[in-house]
Amino acid sequence: MSAHHKKVSDIDEKTIEINKSTLWAKLPMIGAALAVVGFLVGFFAPGPGGVFAEDEHLWHAKQWTAYLNAFMFALSLGFGGLIFVIIQHLVRANWSIVVRRLAENAMFTLPFVALAGLPLLIGDTGQAVFEWMHVEEMVHDPMLQAKAAYLNKSAFGARYGLFLGLWGILSLLFWKWSRDQDKAKTTEAADALSYKQRFLAPIALIAFAMSMTFGAFDFMMSLDPHWFSTIFGVYYFAGIALTFHAFLVIVCFFLQRSGMLKGVVTPEHYHDLGKFMFGFTVFWTYIGFSQYFLIWYANIPEETGWFQYRAHGQWLSLSLLLIFGRFILPFFLLLRRGWKRNPNYLVWMAFFVVGMQFVDMFWLIQPPFAHHAASAAAKAGSPEVAEYFHTSITLTGADVGFFIGFTGLFLALFGWSLTTSKLVAIKDPRLEESLNHENF
Amino acid sequence: MAKSKKGSKTKKFGLLAEYDSAAAIFHACEKVRDAGYKRWDSYTPFPVHNLDKAMGIKPSVLPWIVFACGMTGAASGMLLQWWSATIAYPLIIAGKPLFSFQAFVPVTFELGILFSAFGAVFGMLGLNKLPQYYHPLFNIARFARATDDRFFIAIEASDPKYDLDKTRKLLEGTDAVAVEEVDD
Repeated sequence: MSAHHKKVSDIDEKTIEINKSTLWAKLPMIGAALAVVGFLVGFFAPGPGGVFAEDEHLWHAKQWTAYLNAFMFALSLGFGGLIFVIIQHLVRANWSIVVRRLAENAMFTLPFVALAGLPLLIGDTGQAVFEWMHVEEMVHDPMLQAKAAYLNKSAFGARYGLFLGLWGILSLLFWKWSRDQDKAKTTEAADALSYKQRFLAPIALIAFAMSMTFGAFDFMMSLDPHWFSTIFGVYYFAGIALTFHAFLVIVCFFLQRSGMLKGVVTPEHYHDLGKFMFGFTVFWTYIGFSQYFLIWYANIPEETGWFQYRAHGQWLSLSLLLIFGRFILPFFLLLRRGWKRNPNYLVWMAFFVVGMQFVDMFWLIQPPFAHHAASAAAKAGSPEVAEYFHTSITLTGADVGFFIGFTGLFLALFGWSLTTSKLVAIKDPRLEESLNHENF
Repeated sequence: MAKSKKGSKTKKFGLLAEYDSAAAIFHACEKVRDAGYKRWDSYTPFPVHNLDKAMGIKPSVLPWIVFACGMTGAASGMLLQWWSATIAYPLIIAGKPLFSFQAFVPVTFELGILFSAFGAVFGMLGLNKLPQYYHPLFNIARFARATDDRFFIAIEASDPKYDLDKTRKLLEGTDAVAVEEVDD
């Protein structure tokens, strides 16, 4: 009916390959450079002095907390790619085919970024952040003893190995099958590869849900081993899904600014990505509030503690920033149809959403460090230090360094995958439907 | 007026044109839109994608109604609970403050949703002027096929650009299968 029906053969070859003269072609190198600089800064930047200068272990703990913080942020983009690809195959979505390859490139980073969890198993680095890895803590704590069957270093390592295997297999299978499809000679061969991916999707969904949830338990929830929340994995997932749709908006926007994907990704696709950003904003709030609400209502000390140490001084400001920046602002700023269809506007919201994901990870991971530091200081008889950690956020070179490092690592892997294949799954049997997708 | 064959005693609703395909009505709508008519509508047995663009229909104000209703619902939900918990029946429950907004969020949320849904349904009915017990088009026997396999455009006589001969000529020039005048 519409004025112009696009065909796959109409797509200009140049528009779906990385233009060698743009910065995109150098993205792997730029990412690698950022990673090297970032990790050097993260590991070797001097501490902020004061208490940290006096206590080497404390600085060590802060460094690895910052490491874990940035690690979980970079990992959420890889997770986002994987779950996006799984869901699009599972529901046999048409609209998303033109952006699915970009998601596959992000998905490719997952197993490699996940390898960065390895140092937490080597030597005493794990002890720096995970209270339950300390034997002397455990013998005095009946709660930790009761959880020892799950929370011990070998079980943690075994689960981590299992996650690595699962994430590697799933990501690389989808990634490879999709790339193989580009080389398919016949439509039957292309169909078969689409079918294979669709067949794997439901199995992958269950594997993803379990491994992502327990991964979130192990790497983030166990930072405060006394506390538990069965909705924690869903909370992390809500952030992942929200962030990933925003990430796709950013990638599409800047690829188009460099002259690629012209006429392939249209305002219709931005509209859908924007709708998902809005939807997952509400979903994140729903999950985040559900977690808070039950704990607030029941008012049991072992559960409320987790929120208690996020409700003082600067930590309270951070919690409020999360409520405003992750719910109230984006809720109203993503409401109108016209805004979501305007890439120039939506890309700003997308940057904001991705930025808030880092803040969310900071909010999940850094307070336990400060809480433990405050308790240790109180026990050692220095109430001023305890008060400092109780009310203040410590932002150090390590936080900045690891953020740059992990972002760089992600970009290097993403960029490599991006530059070594077409930007669109050109042989997908339903690509034409996606090209002509419209929101009625 | 004098040209009307049967004498113009009865008031006229307008002109009805019939089409036998979605493509035909789509292009006809574009022509009627470009001719500058404002008070007219199309009737199809199934949704024809993008027909709203072909007709030049502006985006509905319904989202604003829904938004206003949703905000009103959320605000009234919170106010109702604030009033009943702190003024009407100030009871301390579980040792929590009288105004424990956390406990009020679910009802606030639900009322926001409920009012939005009301706004969407009743706003849609209102904007469409529904329910309507009488419509002049039902006087036309052939119009019954609008729910089956025929497509119709009706231009109302109250349109400022309406002129029986010119409008009839316009509709006849759009591949209409039939054009006829409708009594009000």
